[in-house]
Amino acid sequence: MTKLLALLAIFAALFCAPLVIGSEFWLNTVLLALYAALLGQAWNILGGYGGQFSFGHALFFGVGAYSVAVLQVELGLSAWLGLVVGGALAAVVAVIVGFLTARYGLRGSYFALVTLAFAEVFRILSNSVSWTGAGEGILIPLDQRLAALQFPDTASAYWALWAITLACFLAVWRLERSRFGARLMAVRDNEDAAAAIGVDAMQVKLGAMALSGLFMGLAGVFYAQKFLYLDPAIAFGPEKSVEALLVPIVGGIGTLFGPLLGAFALHGVAEIARETMGDAPGLNMIVYGTILVCMVLFLPRGLAGLGKHVRRAFRA
Amino acid sequence: MLEVTGLSRAFGGLKAVDGVSLTVPEGRIVSLIGPNGAGKTTCFALITGFHRPDEGRVVFRGRDITGWKPHRIAALGMVRTFQIVQPFAGQTVRENIAVGAHMHLRERDAALAKAEEVADAVGLGDRLGVDAADLTVAGRKRLEVARALATDPKLLLLDEVMAGLNPSEIRDVIPVIRAIRDRGVTILLIEHVMQAVMELSEHTWVLNQGRLIAEGPPRDVARDGQVIAAYLGPGMAERLAHA
Amino acid sequence: MFDSAILVPSVLNGITTGALYALVALGLTLIYGVLHIINFAHGALLMVALYMVYFLWKLAGLDPYWSLLIVPPAMFVIGYALQRLVITRASHGRDENILLVTLGLAILIENVALYLFSSDTQVVDTPYGFDVVEMFGAFVPYPKVVAFFGALATAAALWAFIRLTDLGRAIRAVAREKKGARLVGIEVGHVYAMSFGIGVGVLGIAACLLMPSYYVTPQVGHGFVLIAFTIVVLGGMGSFTGALIGGLVIGVVEAVGGLWLGESLGQIGIFAIFILILLFRPQGIMGHQA
Repeated sequence: MTKLLALLAIFAALFCAPLVIGSEFWLNTVLLALYAALLGQAWNILGGYGGQFSFGHALFFGVGAYSVAVLQVELGLSAWLGLVVGGALAAVVAVIVGFLTARYGLRGSYFALVTLAFAEVFRILSNSVSWTGAGEGILIPLDQRLAALQFPDTASAYWALWAITLACFLAVWRLERSRFGARLMAVRDNEDAAAAIGVDAMQVKLGAMALSGLFMGLAGVFYAQKFLYLDPAIAFGPEKSVEALLVPIVGGIGTLFGPLLGAFALHGVAEIARETMGDAPGLNMIVYGTILVCMVLFLPRGLAGLGKHVRRAFRA
Repeated sequence: MLEVTGLSRAFGGLKAVDGVSLTVPEGRIVSLIGPNGAGKTTCFALITGFHRPDEGRVVFRGRDITGWKPHRIAALGMVRTFQIVQPFAGQTVRENIAVGAHMHLRERDAALAKAEEVADAVGLGDRLGVDAADLTVAGRKRLEVARALATDPKLLLLDEVMAGLNPSEIRDVIPVIRAIRDRGVTILLIEHVMQAVMELSEHTWVLNQGRLIAEGPPRDVARDGQVIAAYLGPGMAERLAHA
Repeated sequence: MFDSAILVPSVLNGITTGALYALVALGLTLIYGVLHIINFAHGALLMVALYMVYFLWKLAGLDPYWSLLIVPPAMFVIGYALQRLVITRASHGRDENILLVTLGLAILIENVALYLFSSDTQVVDTPYGFDVVEMFGAFVPYPKVVAFFGALATAAALWAFIRLTDLGRAIRAVAREKKGARLVGIEVGHVYAMSFGIGVGVLGIAACLLMPSYYVTPQVGHGFVLIAFTIVVLGGMGSFTGALIGGLVIGVVEAVGGLWLGESLGQIGIFAIFILILLFRPQGIMGHQA
């Protein structure tokens, strides 16, 4: 219960950010951090609680983003419908990938590689067919009304993102104390032992894929509606996949608050790096790469793990 | 309760289990013994769906479950433990057992309460908050049993729950197993510890090189030392006689 | 379907490119076979080697083929050091951690290159760059012919090294049975680092052979790394012959697929092969049942 209260308190504070922060630049920074927390938590459902490390989570992000864009631009349908379709399609694609990998027992490095390959296939496809705008990308026409699910200012975009992210974190909070969550973690820790006491590993893995894909897809929808432009590299490129896995690895995988912690820590460091070294190409990713290597080497359980360490040391 | 007929499985030309047939009546404790490599654990794996038999049939509670997946078999009421313990490391004892309790209980609180009750029954009541990875060997063996028990099984297949325990720990476990039977759970044991087989089981099958070579009440099987020695070597006969 | 006048050059082109893919994949498969690590940084390290070749030419006027004396040993040292100092410390008992650390290295190396060299495409000018050789009625660029035979020679040398030398025997022993190898007195840590070093050193050779007919950018490794993974899984993780044949097959599939479907969709064929093999036959076409 204290965990839920802490979560709600943090999100209440986050809700107030646009009211407190005067500078457009800083609000945008907070927005990007919150957005990273959403990507990270979506990945964390599968990677942290399910133990399946995806290297291609951009796949679901891209499916969500392109769904909402193509539905509007090519079919002239409402963006709100795109929101539903984008989330649902991303979940469906995730379930299909999950079924194939689980059916053939791919785990560990193999799972990572296959997810990466699927993302690449979609990137090349979206680069090749005309209705995604191919390599030139797709532009969503500006129409800043609520009916078109577009945002007249940063604050309204922020609140929309806030709502999706809150839903994602609440889902994970719920997962931690549900039968589904218990089974998911049991399969993560020992699939055979879980099966022996009646856990259907396939069902549980597909559930995690669907949930993870859904929120990743919603993140994609948000991105499309905020920036109104997509191309294959943005939607399916490896950078999204890396960001999604890096955030919980920094914060602590398999923990509720890890992705939030990781997202703000990462963006904080990236911001400092930009202040001190200027806005050079690749700088962000140099920081991310360095952090990833250092985390794996020195803090494999993330910042949350560090917290536990410190607490244990104080108690001793 | 459980009826196995003509169960066979070969691995790369080697017949690990060869035409095994046995019937487990309800409400008993029965056992499967034999030397290392006799195929006992493979038998368990075949019966509980972890391996698919080449030949033979497994009928449980009147249903042919041959070829079913392990989780479905578990849901029908037959649950195994592992000789090499498989805790969900990083999760607490309470959480480990609750996974089993969730078989019939959807609510988290109910499953956790049930986990505590089961932990008490197997003597883990004071270790609920401990990380499963930090338990002693004896503790982990109990955890295996507890997780299985929490699913409310009809038939429990225990694979060497006493291996690696010292004599006093074995003495502690025997009444626990008997108490489980008294709650109405039928038990099939694989066991090396003959003292336990003698004290607990009412009927035993002897497996050697994949085949059943003798069966009967443990005392009778043990008395049949000549036959046993012929198949299992004098050491086993001696252990049986002294047990 | 296609005129042989189009098909033959494109198959030849595929085979010569495929030999270079095979060379990149050989290093990857050696590392996987011994350490059971999927080295995600392989493409980024190839890029580093290509830049070495480029700068040796640009700043010292060294012909890429003369760089064979410098770049492969340098890459070996880099590989050896990376394994000893970084990768070996990353595992903490989980395979995924090693994958993550090599991913981190790949991101880091690539973006440092981007930071230092910007994303401009660089090529070397050689007197033989536009020479061609006539084969089977088609014209093949001279550097590609050299690359093809160079790749085959390297593969043969690597094979002989693994089969015939003491270190090669130790590498095979460790690949097969780590504990046993340790028991008979093989220093496993050293063998690990040597294998990683050699695998990365081979990238140095590939870079020297590749550069006269190719280019370098900070992202150049991307194109190679997934192709090399595909070859390795196609040939069977850890299989030498598999990597060689797999490389040639993929080279041809890409070239002919490109004819058929256009450049970018041609790549889909490669990923389709990759996914299908991982799903249905993860031990590879040449590999043994796990």
